[in-house]
Amino acid sequence: MIKYVIKRVAYALLTIFLISIITFTLMNMIPGGPFLSEKAVSPETTQALKIKYGLDKPLPVQYINFMNNFIHGDFGLSIKQTGRTANDIIFSTFPVSAKLGGISILVALILGVVMGSVAALNRGRWADSLLMVISTLGIAVPSFVVASFLLITFGVNLHMLPTLGLKTPLHYIMPVAALSFYPTAYITRLMRSSMLDALNQDYIRTAKAKGVNKFVMLFKHAMRNAIIPVITYVGPLLAYTMTGSFVVEKIFTIPGLGREFINCITGRDYPMVMSTTIFLAVLLVFMNVLVDICYKLVDPRIKLK
Amino acid sequence: MLDDRKLKKNPFSLQLNAEDFLPASADEKQSLVVMRESTTYWKDAVRRLRKNKVAMVAFAVIILVMFCAFIVPSFYPYHYDQQIRGSEDLRPMQYSEMELKSISQGKSVFPHVFGTDSFGRDLGIRVMIGARISLLVGLIASFLVLLIGSIYGAIAGYFGGKVDMVMMRIVDIIYSVPDMLIIILLQVTLKTPLTNLFDSNPAFAGLQKVGVGLISIFITFSLLYWVGMARIVRGQIMTLKEQEFVTAAKALGASNRQIIAKHLLPNCIGTLIVTTTLQIPSAIFTEAFLSYLGLGVAIPMASLGSLASDALGGISAFPYRLIVPSVAISLIILSFNLFGDGLRDAFDPKLKK
Repeated sequence: MIKYVIKRVAYALLTIFLISIITFTLMNMIPGGPFLSEKAVSPETTQALKIKYGLDKPLPVQYINFMNNFIHGDFGLSIKQTGRTANDIIFSTFPVSAKLGGISILVALILGVVMGSVAALNRGRWADSLLMVISTLGIAVPSFVVASFLLITFGVNLHMLPTLGLKTPLHYIMPVAALSFYPTAYITRLMRSSMLDALNQDYIRTAKAKGVNKFVMLFKHAMRNAIIPVITYVGPLLAYTMTGSFVVEKIFTIPGLGREFINCITGRDYPMVMSTTIFLAVLLVFMNVLVDICYKLVDPRIKLK
Repeated sequence: MLDDRKLKKNPFSLQLNAEDFLPASADEKQSLVVMRESTTYWKDAVRRLRKNKVAMVAFAVIILVMFCAFIVPSFYPYHYDQQIRGSEDLRPMQYSEMELKSISQGKSVFPHVFGTDSFGRDLGIRVMIGARISLLVGLIASFLVLLIGSIYGAIAGYFGGKVDMVMMRIVDIIYSVPDMLIIILLQVTLKTPLTNLFDSNPAFAGLQKVGVGLISIFITFSLLYWVGMARIVRGQIMTLKEQEFVTAAKALGASNRQIIAKHLLPNCIGTLIVTTTLQIPSAIFTEAFLSYLGLGVAIPMASLGSLASDALGGISAFPYRLIVPSVAISLIILSFNLFGDGLRDAFDPKLKK
C-alpha cells in the first residue's frame, strides 16, 4: 500500500513538473510581452520593468527562480493588476470556485446515485425509460448551453433568480444547476449499469432467499458495490467541474478562479498564468491521486500494483 | 432415386439403377446446400446496426446535418460574412423594408429563416457554417487521435516489456495532465507563432484558409487526446499478439511492421471504429467550449460556440439567436453519441448492457 502511494505521488510530481515546463515554454513562445500597450513605452522603462519582474534573465534561470519561489509558497506578482500578488488573487478567488464546485459535485453525486438506482430498480418500466432519455440528453448538452438557457428563462424572462455573483444561497441555484447537469446525467447512467450488475449477483439472491429486509439488501448489499465505479468518476468529475466553471463563472459573473484564469491568459499576465496553471494542476493531479487511493481502499478486490 | 414402377420386385436385389449415378444437376446441388451464405464480420455488424432504430435515426440526423453543413451553403443565397445593409436585427422569417420593396416589385427574396444578427448577417447560413466547423473539427481531430493513438498503442502492446513500460508511463503522465488547462494555454500561445509561420512560408498558405484557431485545436488534440485510444489499442494488441496467426506470420518471416499493420491492427478494427466515433462528440464539445470563451475560430468565421456566445448580448430581445446554435450543437453531439453507442453494440455485442 505504502509503495503504491509513493509511486503514485512520484508520478504526480513528475506530471506537475512536465506541466510546469510546458506552461513555461508556451508562455515564453508568445511574441509581444506583457508590457506592450497602446501607449508607446520607452525601451528604458520596459527594461526596468523586465528587471523588476525578473524577465531579463535567461529562461532556465527564470524557470528555476519561479519554481523555487512557488515551492516556498510565493506565487509571484501580477503584472497587469499592479500591486497585487498572485497569492492574493488566487487565494481570494479560489475559495469562491471551490465552494461552487464542491456544492455542484455533491448535488451531482446525490442526484446521480439516486436517479441511477431508481432507474435500475425499475428496469424496463416507464421511470427507467424516462430517466434514461433525460440522462442521454444531459450528456449531449454542453454546460454553456444549460447555463445560457437557465439565464434566459429564470433570470431574464421570469425574474425568479438573481443572475449576478454569489451573494445569497438563491444565487447558487443556477450556477450549480448548470455545473452539475452533465455529471448528474453521467453518474445516473454509470450508477444504473453498475446497480443492474450488482442486483444480478449471487449474493443478492442469497440475501433475498434469507429474507433480508428490502432496504437493507438495497443499501447494504447492492449499493455499496454498485457505487464503486461512481467513485472512480469523481476524479474526472473534479476536472470537469473546474473547467466547466470557466464558462459558468463567465456567464454568471462570479469572481472565481476560472474567470481569473481566462482573464490572465488573454491579458498575457505571465506570472499569473504560470501560477494559476500550476496551482490548478497541482490541485487536480493530487485530488486524482487521492481519489485513486480511496478507490483502492474501498474495494479490497482491487490489487495494489 | 429408386424408380418404384421398375424396381418393385425385390428390395434386396443388387440390380442398380443407372439414373442414380448421373451427375447431379445444378438445382439438385443447390438443394443440398444446407448452410446459409456465410456472413462476414462486417455484414454481421451492419445487420445488427440496421436493426438498432436509435442508431439509424442518429445516423440519418448526422447525414442531414452534413448535408446542411457542406452542401447547402454552396447554393444558399446568403453568405456567412455578408452584411446586408438595412436588414439588421430581423426576426425569423421577417423581411426588411428594402427586401419588402423588391418583393413588391416582383423579385423573389429568400427569407431569413432564423432572422439576422446585428450586423445584418443571415443567422441560418451562419449556423450551417458553424455546424461545418464543428463537424470538421470532430472528424479531423478524431482522425488524428486514431492515427497517433493506434500506432502508439500498437507499438507499446506488441513489443511489451521495457518499451511498453516506458511508453505507457508517458501515457499515464499525459493522461493526468488537466487537458482543458493546457488546451486553453496552447490555444492562446500557438496563435501568433502559427500566423507568422503561415505568413512567411508559402507552403502553408493552404492551411491559412483553415484558420489558426482550428489548426491549434488540431494540434492540441493530437498532443493530448490520443492517450485514451492508445490505452484501448494496447489492451487489444496484447491479447491478439498471443494468437496463432501472429506466430504463423512470424514463422513466415513477416517483419514487425508488417505484423502490426497487416495482422494486428485490422483485427481491432471494430474497437478502432467505435472509439473514433465516440471521440468525435468530445472534439466538437471542446471546440464549442473554446469558441464560446472566445478562444476558438476567428471573426468573421462562425462556430456554434461563438454564435451562442455572441447571442448572450441581446439575450432578452433575441432569445432564438441562442436557441438555434445551442439546439444545433446539442443535436450534433447527441446523434454522434447515440450512433457511437449503436456502433459499439453492433461491433462488440458482448459489451451490450
